[in-house]
Amino acid sequence: MHLNILFPAIINGLLMGAIYALIALGLTLVYGVLHIINFAHGALLTAALFAAFFLHKLFGIDPYLAVFILVPAFFTLGYGLQRFVVGPASHGNDGNILLVTLGLAVVIENMLLYAFRADTRTIDVKYAFDVVPFAGMFLSVPRLAGFAGAVVVALLLWLLLTRTDTGKAIRAVAKEKLGAQLSGIDVAHIYAVTFGLGAACVAIAACLLIPTYYVNPNVGNAFVLIAFTTVVLGGMGSIPGALIGGLFVGVVESLSGLYLGESLGQIGIFVMFILVLLFRPSGLLGERA
Amino acid sequence: MSRAGILPIVAAVFALACIPFLINSNAVLNFLVTALLLTLAGQGWNVLGGFGGQYSFGHAAFFGTGAYVTAILQVRYGFNAWPAFGIGIVAGAAVGAVIGILTFRSGLRGSYFALVTLAFAEVLRIIASVAPITGAGVGTLIKLDLGARALQFQSRAAFYWFILALVAIALVITKLIEQSRFGAWLVAVRENEDAARALGVDATRVKLGAMTISAAMTAAAGCFYAQYFLFLDAAIAYGPWISVEALLAPIIGGAGTVFGPLLGALMVKTLGEAAKHVTGDVPGLDLVLYGVVLILVVGFAPRGVAGVIARCRAWLTPPAKLAREAAHD
Repeated sequence: MHLNILFPAIINGLLMGAIYALIALGLTLVYGVLHIINFAHGALLTAALFAAFFLHKLFGIDPYLAVFILVPAFFTLGYGLQRFVVGPASHGNDGNILLVTLGLAVVIENMLLYAFRADTRTIDVKYAFDVVPFAGMFLSVPRLAGFAGAVVVALLLWLLLTRTDTGKAIRAVAKEKLGAQLSGIDVAHIYAVTFGLGAACVAIAACLLIPTYYVNPNVGNAFVLIAFTTVVLGGMGSIPGALIGGLFVGVVESLSGLYLGESLGQIGIFVMFILVLLFRPSGLLGERA
Repeated sequence: MSRAGILPIVAAVFALACIPFLINSNAVLNFLVTALLLTLAGQGWNVLGGFGGQYSFGHAAFFGTGAYVTAILQVRYGFNAWPAFGIGIVAGAAVGAVIGILTFRSGLRGSYFALVTLAFAEVLRIIASVAPITGAGVGTLIKLDLGARALQFQSRAAFYWFILALVAIALVITKLIEQSRFGAWLVAVRENEDAARALGVDATRVKLGAMTISAAMTAAAGCFYAQYFLFLDAAIAYGPWISVEALLAPIIGGAGTVFGPLLGALMVKTLGEAAKHVTGDVPGLDLVLYGVVLILVVGFAPRGVAGVIARCRAWLTPPAKLAREAAHD
């Protein structure tokens, strides 16, 4: 295929991939610390997209400013869910955590369906279709903002984990739960903080997505499997893995969409996902087998 | 199978079989048919997830395969419905075996197993939504051809007895598994796979066997769905809803028990009906309730309704009688 089509497809894939990376970041963080897959991650994304949508529609708050409202809100929500629902209901059993997060996903998604019906909604912002010329092509400004946002969040998260006491505690719990508890770390609190951070990542992703995307009660499903793929690809629990995995998945999706068409394009991701799970479940960058 | 094992099944099936003679309401029978359909799908999940501890989030893969094979063989290849039904079950079991070989050989457990089953179901859903053989976006319609020969019944009661027979078979198979050496291996794998392996249990083969039987049961539910509703599309056959409901029924009723899926399915469907009465046509609330009940059951009654019943019985029965019963088993 001609480079004139291929190159923009790759760039667009990278821009979308940054958002995938952001969503995957939250998922991988929770997995790295709690060692469970949060099946409610996609539903939280849907909820965040609705929140961003209504903040804009009802109060005229720009999605990029809504970050400052939604991040604390979703951090609190995530913290509460882990502390008061997932933690107590699962009795520390991994199978139960899977079921409880699945239950949460069902509850959140269908509450949204019940409240807002299955309609697809989009917001209208002035800059939605702004483009900048770059190396002979036009890049969407909101997508570029999404890319930049994802990079900034990843950096902040990395700083939080490596430079603060909370980050140290999170890493300690991830490595050795019992040891951390013995040295006076409140494990239940750290679990909830991690879950909250995961939810906050999703809130940021929602704010970056909504100017160019749409929202309906099922929208999270499309992203959550991509996020799972990203996380598995990059190695469960690995933050650089999630970033590189996200960008990679974005490019693969863009290219397989180009060659196979829109609906079959998704298959490229799932097939890759299944192959990686089957042959290299520790991921391409993962540490543990 | 011991007589004590078969008696409750015979009693339950007999009691259920009498219902059409007592209540002649299509609405009630329709409700019971959908509950039994869910029981069958859930019994499949129960064999693998309840007894074997392998939580699949993608049983829609088997349900949809059974449904599509039954429908496509009739619509496109002129098969009679009965052999199509049988082949549908076999096809579902084959899909289960293939996914089982791939996943268990790679040593996928817990979260990873849940993820990969979910992904397989999604891949099948996407393929079915674009492949010409499934009718893609239009869906597949089975021609109305009333008569036992075409496995389409005029009366709801006949359909009801047919699905009840399938459920009865599934109950007996589950009971046989529970009482067999295979069942003991399966439970050993659930409780501690490494320890089971150390004791010489071929865990991969045991899980594979359970997955194949499990897939066959859920596929049978799919085959029945196709015959009962005569219409399929990708979102119905391979949709995530069936994966969720198939695990909901056994978990609410009591995972790893023979009657769990039946109890759970009746509860889930009753709840769904109640929600529909409250909200009318607005979708969503029934599933919200399902999710809440799932979380509550996992949190407060980990062994489901069957566990609660067992606990109440232990509470009410004098200890001497319980000891006698235990000795009898």
